Amino acid sequence: MNQRNPTISKGIDWSIVWIYLLLVTIGLVAIFAATYKEGDPVVQSFIGFKTDYSKQFYFFVLSGVLGLFILLTDSKFFAATANLGYAFGIFAMLIVFPFHSSVKGTESIIRIGAFNFQPAELCKIFVALALAKYLSRPETDFSKTRSQMIAAGIALLPAALSILQSETGLALVYFSFFIVMYREGLPSTILVIGFAAAALIVATILVQPDTLAVIITAIALLVAYAFRKQIKRQRGLLFSVILLWALCVGVQRFAVPYIFKNVLQKHQVERIYDLFGKDNPYAAKGDTVSAEEKKKKKESGSSYNVRQSKIAIGSGRLTGKGILNATQTRYDFVPEQRTDFIFCTVGEGFGFTGSMILLALYLLLLFRIVTIAERQRSAFSRVYAYGVASVFFFHIIINIGMTIGLAPVIGIPLPLISYGGTSLLTFTILLFVLIRLDADRQMVLR
Amino acid sequence: MPVFNQSRSRFIRLLFLLAFLAIAAQLFNLQVLSGKYRQMADENAILKKTIYPPRGLVFDRDKKAILNNTLTYDLMVTPSQVKGIDTLFFCRLMEIDTSEFRDRIVAAIIKNKSFRPSVFEASLSQQKYARIQENFWRFQNGFYLQERPIRSYPYNAAANILGYIGEVDSNYLKKHAEEGYQSGDYAGMTGLEASYEKALMGERGIQYLIKDNFNRIKGSYENGDLDVEAIAGNNLHTSIDIELQQFGEKLMSNKVGSIVAINPKTGGIITMVSSPTYNPGLLTGSERRKHFSELYTDPRLPLLNRAVNASYSPGSTFKTLQALVGLHEGVITTRTTFSCGGAFYGCGSGKPMGCLDPGTYYLSTGITHSCNTYFANVMQRVINNPKYPSQDSSLRNWNRYMYAFGLGHRLGVDVPTEQKGNIPTPEYFNKVYGEGRWNFCTYRSVSIGQGEVSTTPLQVANEMAYIANKGWYIIPHIVDSIEGGDKYGLLEKYKTRNVPMDIPDSIFEAVHDGMQGVMESGTGRGAKVPGITICGKTGTVENYYRGVKQPNHSFFCAFAPRENPKIAIMCVVENSGRYGGTYAAPIVSLMIEKYLNDTIDVKRKPLAERMEKINLIPPLMLKKMREKDSVQRVKEAIPDVKNIKDTLQSDDNPTEAELKSGNNRNPKPAKDSQNKKPVQADMALPDKQQIPKPAKPDSIGN
Repeated sequence: MNQRNPTISKGIDWSIVWIYLLLVTIGLVAIFAATYKEGDPVVQSFIGFKTDYSKQFYFFVLSGVLGLFILLTDSKFFAATANLGYAFGIFAMLIVFPFHSSVKGTESIIRIGAFNFQPAELCKIFVALALAKYLSRPETDFSKTRSQMIAAGIALLPAALSILQSETGLALVYFSFFIVMYREGLPSTILVIGFAAAALIVATILVQPDTLAVIITAIALLVAYAFRKQIKRQRGLLFSVILLWALCVGVQRFAVPYIFKNVLQKHQVERIYDLFGKDNPYAAKGDTVSAEEKKKKKESGSSYNVRQSKIAIGSGRLTGKGILNATQTRYDFVPEQRTDFIFCTVGEGFGFTGSMILLALYLLLLFRIVTIAERQRSAFSRVYAYGVASVFFFHIIINIGMTIGLAPVIGIPLPLISYGGTSLLTFTILLFVLIRLDADRQMVLR
Repeated sequence: MPVFNQSRSRFIRLLFLLAFLAIAAQLFNLQVLSGKYRQMADENAILKKTIYPPRGLVFDRDKKAILNNTLTYDLMVTPSQVKGIDTLFFCRLMEIDTSEFRDRIVAAIIKNKSFRPSVFEASLSQQKYARIQENFWRFQNGFYLQERPIRSYPYNAAANILGYIGEVDSNYLKKHAEEGYQSGDYAGMTGLEASYEKALMGERGIQYLIKDNFNRIKGSYENGDLDVEAIAGNNLHTSIDIELQQFGEKLMSNKVGSIVAINPKTGGIITMVSSPTYNPGLLTGSERRKHFSELYTDPRLPLLNRAVNASYSPGSTFKTLQALVGLHEGVITTRTTFSCGGAFYGCGSGKPMGCLDPGTYYLSTGITHSCNTYFANVMQRVINNPKYPSQDSSLRNWNRYMYAFGLGHRLGVDVPTEQKGNIPTPEYFNKVYGEGRWNFCTYRSVSIGQGEVSTTPLQVANEMAYIANKGWYIIPHIVDSIEGGDKYGLLEKYKTRNVPMDIPDSIFEAVHDGMQGVMESGTGRGAKVPGITICGKTGTVENYYRGVKQPNHSFFCAFAPRENPKIAIMCVVENSGRYGGTYAAPIVSLMIEKYLNDTIDVKRKPLAERMEKINLIPPLMLKKMREKDSVQRVKEAIPDVKNIKDTLQSDDNPTEAELKSGNNRNPKPAKDSQNKKPVQADMALPDKQQIPKPAKPDSIGN
């Protein structure tokens, strides 16, 4: 795959390519470790396309070929087809509704021949390109609320479709595009409001409703007292404080309970509460949970997964057990370990040292992408590069975070490492398009 | 181009870095700081499997294995893996039909889930094992053979001595908390299996195995470097003569009772028959439970080791000891004579004790002809000896002799459930009759081994060894040595000679004379063995069941040869009717002949055959056995079964103090001890400890 002719190789950022190859190799080793059983005929199964690691290897080869094609493509092509691609992506997600296959609780997968295909996964590329296209238009003035709304709409339309497909995890990924918008001038106040809202929701989950109401009231009174002079001068200020207070209390007393009860599904609410180590208070009144049921739930639910995952990672200690001595991941204690919980294999097999090396590789990749983004002359390339960085960042943080109990369990893969063809192809395309664009950074503005 | 936002790139980098730092911190916490996850992982994935070593074997005195180990095979099935086998062919080999096959698979799935192995058929028969083994390649998907060691008994004998092993219950676990048993383990429950459990069980090994999420074994952990090897149990060498044991069991077939033979020189038990016995092989293998409950509910109590766990009034065999006491106390000499005019009138009129052959007797002829009057007089003199200030003190003096002879306390034999028997003490009589309301005449029948006195067959045999040795005995025991050394000091007490009383040889010679006379001209003359000088004593024991007189027990005890005693032996045939000389004496003589001559003389073969064939099951038991046939009786037998279990597992060995003082500190009224041992009361053992009501009141005045 490295037989590129000098004309294409010109301007290519090789550091990204090397990191890419390293990560995919680590992924293959991890998948091998998680699925290899003693006595498997390795060579035979590689040829036979039977085991997960051999399938992943073929996807890797396919990704390589695809990457080569992308590098051979004219970089103008991506900008030119961005809107078309977006339309195609949305169309693909729409046709899932009538044609989806029933694979474990999701409605986001189409079967094409022997392959399961997940449009929501692929759609990230189109959103990144479309967002880049929109924001780089000369006529777009991103300081205007209308443009901000449109940009947010581009990013969140697939998210809405994903939620309808019961793929909340994938939907959340699209929120990572707000990082891009922030870089392109989205007012900080929006982010501040966002953070404040998040803090309010977390507080709602953690603190007793009445206590929280008292706390909010106290804060509102303090604010009113602190700004009493300004308020004397401007009655409207008092009004806005009262409004804000009412909004906060409204959210914590009514909006959050309403959403947890009626909008989100039961298991999603449970996962959120599991994350904070709390029992779901919105469980239906009928099922008063006995101690036994609780235990049963513990052994089957997502908290069980996280527990097992933490045991696996924690048992790796400083240096790890070695890839084939990792008892927890090799003997199926961790569920979904080749896909969403693949990080356990690394954590158990290679210990803290191995985990740090992997994290360092990812961080290097992200920083490299940001560096690349900032050296672009074209806004399209810069926005796209930030899009790639944001998507990678979100996936890495949430995926590793959920295996070590820092994030709720939402099924999103670890980029380039988790088993899964669509996922590998998606991240390959994201990266190689970036490399292609970057290689042509010296060209005229687009 | 909004270049003015470039500063925000630094903020984004900072965001990335902080998020990664948070993850790194949590990883550091989980993987480096917190040690508990490694342990939790090991608990998850490492299975500590106990490896059971083979139990020790038991050999007889000629080094023949009488308790061995063999392998049986269980056919195991893993339902989820049963694929592509020829079910019809398989069913033909297993002699089942296809619906049975399906039922068993379904049962296995219900019991153990389909991906875990379950027993398809336990303990395959020889034929089935051979057939399955031959065709095994056809069934490799889903089936495998698992070997399982079980106990085997090559001679099918000595069940009461060897005992059996059984699954430990919660009680056992509580009692042996420190010894590392887990539920599901097997341990010795009775017999040598129980008393030598520590030596026989060996040392368990540990194997560390890796298991997966479904508890399936995936291989050994760390290449087995941490495993602990199991150490096989130690073999026991016993003094049992297994051929004599078998011969004894044959002679005792269709009789209830026991034979105990001891080598007087060593205290080693040569034979210990308890009849009826059972095939010890019944209590191994997969049918164990079924057989066990059958044996439990059998009214003949085959699980009861009568040689140590049944006590009888010793009858006239007791007279030999009274002779020793009388001579040693100086109240009689060998030339003292007593006349018997048909009964003992020493206590006035009332109901005198009868005498078989009226006449005048010396000590030796008194023994020879088992004269009741003679020994009633002897004991009367011992008790009324003016040397002692009171009835109490003289009785206590008499007690001292009895304890010295090994009666009234547990001897300490190495099979469990030994009973004490009863030697009545002043305290005992106080409780039964009331203080000051008894004297010799109240208990005169004790002098001839009736009434309140009771002994186990083992005690009587030991008494013979004591007399044969002229004044010493070694605590009777079965195990002579433990291979690999006696690590737990189990054999210590069998090494010392007990010389409890300083009685001169001449006194013993006089008793020997009388006992030799028994065989030559007395009550045991029918059991003479040409060429062997046997000293013996018959006993005919009257007994009662709930106050109703039952057929007599036939007793006989002996040692031989007189010049150089090699065997001390006793036999009891319960409720046989007739006399000690009728059944017990011939059986003992045959045993002695077999032991000393290694064979039975052609002339005596018919006697042996006759003895084997005679059916002397007591009428009371026959009745109970008939009753048991109805379901109702089976149900009623359940409390009895529980009681047997209690007795079998009673583990209250005599305390040191009890043995030393030789005093029965807690004499219990007869009724109490009967409540405690309902085996005797409910079943067909006589209630000889009950005070014969009609005989006594009129004699109290004397």
